[in-house]
Amino acid sequence: MSASHNPTRDTASARLVANRVLVTLLCAGLLAAWLLPFATMSPNRLASGQTVGLSEALSAWQAIALLALSAVLAVAALRRPLPRELAHGVVLLASLGLLLITLYSLGDYAQRTLVEKSPSARVSQGSAFWVMAFCCALAAIDAFQRASSGWLLRLGYMLIAGGSVAMLFASGHFDDLSIMREYANIRDNFSDQFITHLVLVGSALGPALLIGVPLGLLAHRHVRLQGTLFSVLNFFQTIPSIALFALLVAPLSALGNAFPLLGEWGIKGIGAAPAIIALVMYALLPVVRNTYAGLKGVPPATVEAARGMGMTARQVLWRVEIPLALPVMLSGLRIVTVQAIGLTVVAALIGAGGLGAFIFQGLGQYAIDLVLLGAIPTIVLAVIADFTLQMLVVLSKPAGTRR
Amino acid sequence: MSVSALSRPSFSRRALLILLSVLLIALVVGMEQLAPLFRALFPDQDPAMYERESFLNLTLAHLALVLVSSLISVSVGVAAGLFVTRPAGREFEPLVSTLAAIGQTFPPAAVLAIVVPVAGFGFIPTLVALVLYGLLPVVQNTVAGLGTVPSQTLEAARGNGMSAWQILWRIELPLAMRVIIAGVRVSVIINIGTATIGSTVGAKTLGTPIIAGLVGNNLPYVIQGAILVGLLAIVTDLAFERLERRFSFGESGAMA
Repeated sequence: MSASHNPTRDTASARLVANRVLVTLLCAGLLAAWLLPFATMSPNRLASGQTVGLSEALSAWQAIALLALSAVLAVAALRRPLPRELAHGVVLLASLGLLLITLYSLGDYAQRTLVEKSPSARVSQGSAFWVMAFCCALAAIDAFQRASSGWLLRLGYMLIAGGSVAMLFASGHFDDLSIMREYANIRDNFSDQFITHLVLVGSALGPALLIGVPLGLLAHRHVRLQGTLFSVLNFFQTIPSIALFALLVAPLSALGNAFPLLGEWGIKGIGAAPAIIALVMYALLPVVRNTYAGLKGVPPATVEAARGMGMTARQVLWRVEIPLALPVMLSGLRIVTVQAIGLTVVAALIGAGGLGAFIFQGLGQYAIDLVLLGAIPTIVLAVIADFTLQMLVVLSKPAGTRR
Repeated sequence: MSVSALSRPSFSRRALLILLSVLLIALVVGMEQLAPLFRALFPDQDPAMYERESFLNLTLAHLALVLVSSLISVSVGVAAGLFVTRPAGREFEPLVSTLAAIGQTFPPAAVLAIVVPVAGFGFIPTLVALVLYGLLPVVQNTVAGLGTVPSQTLEAARGNGMSAWQILWRIELPLAMRVIIAGVRVSVIINIGTATIGSTVGAKTLGTPIIAGLVGNNLPYVIQGAILVGLLAIVTDLAFERLERRFSFGESGAMA
């Protein structure tokens, strides 16, 4: 079939439109902007409010900017006027601009309205806001992949995008938004729980690496161990997080009761101890598996050559095997870090604290802003950790094989 | 690997699967019979047995949630994976793959929490969160599995005069099935765990006694719920492992 040689079918629309993904995203974003509420106005923190459409929420220049940038995106999606590479750059900038306009307009609307209303009134983001932001982000990601840009450019763009959003937050532009008012109420507690979250993740990763890497080495050296080791670790990974946390509560509280000294050190049923132990148990499988896979990927001829040069077993391990296995081992660390950030949310249920505390507290009071204050930072944290470690994986590869 | 080296672990794993399934069923049906044991272990706790709902009902509710969400995830996920690997949808493949990869870095508990403002409390938001999250591994593995089919094989099938449909049904899907099932396995296991957390947003699952126990400081409740849900996940995982092995065409089987 000729279709396999020419992926885009030669129809009238294919001759006109070069980027159907962008067209789809643009249509979805505009449809949401037209049909769904952009913001919600409520009289106080817990009451449900009335919805506000985009046309009502935007000032004149914001509406014009929004339409202009959408038009730029529409032109960039066409086959004709712009050359391909230029079109990708234009899409990248326009989608970032659109995202910033969307964010800015929401904050601006909150500022304008709340001047006239009672101080307890709340303005929060509506579903159209989320869909528009989501479509902008997707358009940017897609443009990146089409431009086949290197990791340095990707890092630069991430910093610019993240930096401009952070500046909008820092300038106090969003302070009148409901979620930021909620944040102002819990500011001190928020930074405490945020740090607790990071400490929990960190104190689980340390032991996981200290135990997991040697286990991976052992699995590589002794083939007979593998089956048992991997099935036991897979068991841990399979047990649902909350069940593993909960199952550790009982033995640890028994230990703490039996030996009061241990209890004083923090080894008791509720709190950080069961959380960290469970996180380590979850982290072991990816660490061990990737250490093993990384070592297994080292070409035997290379090891042979190193031995031939007179290196001792220890030198071969540290100077040849581990450096070559490092990228795969670091991808294991990446999986584990992202996973631990997510699982720590659940640890809040056994009293370990962390950002999950806000989520479950918010769910209990039906305070949606509080839920989002727990959930969004966790997601951002996970995405940032994933991106950073991905960069490290790239950098740890021998020069010349980086992509 | 020789045949004997392979058959022995798989035999013991089948025995393990049967053993744990029997244990799971026995505990689901007969947990109440263990009341004296829990009373002896936790003399200060009263009641020492979760009685607000039978464990059979909780397990069935949990399974229903996971089953419905997995059915939706698998059908939508495989369809999406098929779409982006056909000529008509290939343009969407990079974006969908990236989305599936980034989406899986989102913590399941956070996804559950974010669905609540949109869908409210109870069965529905949990279902929505499970479907959304469960989609990602299925899409990812469908794309990956179809990508492993050698191009010579496809070329040969075309040369034999097979239509695009025939190639899909008789060549591509059977060859990709093992990887697709691996994706379904990940999706279902994550969903069993997330459904447990679903009890914090009001869904009736095996997490209900765990949360009740944690809130009311009642350890027996916690243990009863946690053992059942842990066993359920392990039994499901072992069953999927066997299913996956059935679709590995003459390969030397999984690593462990």
